[in-house]
Amino acid sequence: MFSAAALALLVTLVLALIRAVLGPTVFDRVLAANMTGTLAVLLLAVIGFLTARPEFLDLAIVYGLLNIVGTIAVLKFFRYGSLGE
Amino acid sequence: MTLIDLASWVLLAAGGLFCIAGGIGLLRMPDVYTRMHAASVTDTLGAGLVLLGLILQAGWTLVMAKLVIIGLLIFFTSPAATHALARAALGRGLKPLLDKEHAPSKR
Repeated sequence: MFSAAALALLVTLVLALIRAVLGPTVFDRVLAANMTGTLAVLLLAVIGFLTARPEFLDLAIVYGLLNIVGTIAVLKFFRYGSLGE
Repeated sequence: MTLIDLASWVLLAAGGLFCIAGGIGLLRMPDVYTRMHAASVTDTLGAGLVLLGLILQAGWTLVMAKLVIIGLLIFFTSPAATHALARAALGRGLKPLLDKEHAPSKR
């Protein structure tokens, strides 16, 4: 059943990647990248259960923290033209 | 198979379905603001249900505490990221796609 959940998450990942490639504006791509980050966190948690290795949850926490920082940094860059000083 | 297993499998399957629904919405919605709306389904309901299903499998251990931390992280950061995205898109002058009869009149 964990593999079914992982498969569903992978299918969603493919859909988000298609939107990231197609996306007409840069904000569509940032949105798809943000969703990819969320899905990667979930996929890491599910894989941790699938292979019975709970260390993957720590990776998921780190990936979630990096995801929000990366999204905010990219958005600030595209809004103001620089990352500020 | 115990009742806990059954409940967690139902939650995992429902979470996967909501994730796929959010992905289809992300692909088919017409403009960036409606796509944001579709992506939030994956961020809230999909992630919440999948993590709840995993929590039921974990039981009262450290793994459950980590899963709760991941859930809170997604719960608080994903609306903030979506809000920043909408503000940045509006600040860049991206107009929301409006219906003809609801379009703002020029005065």
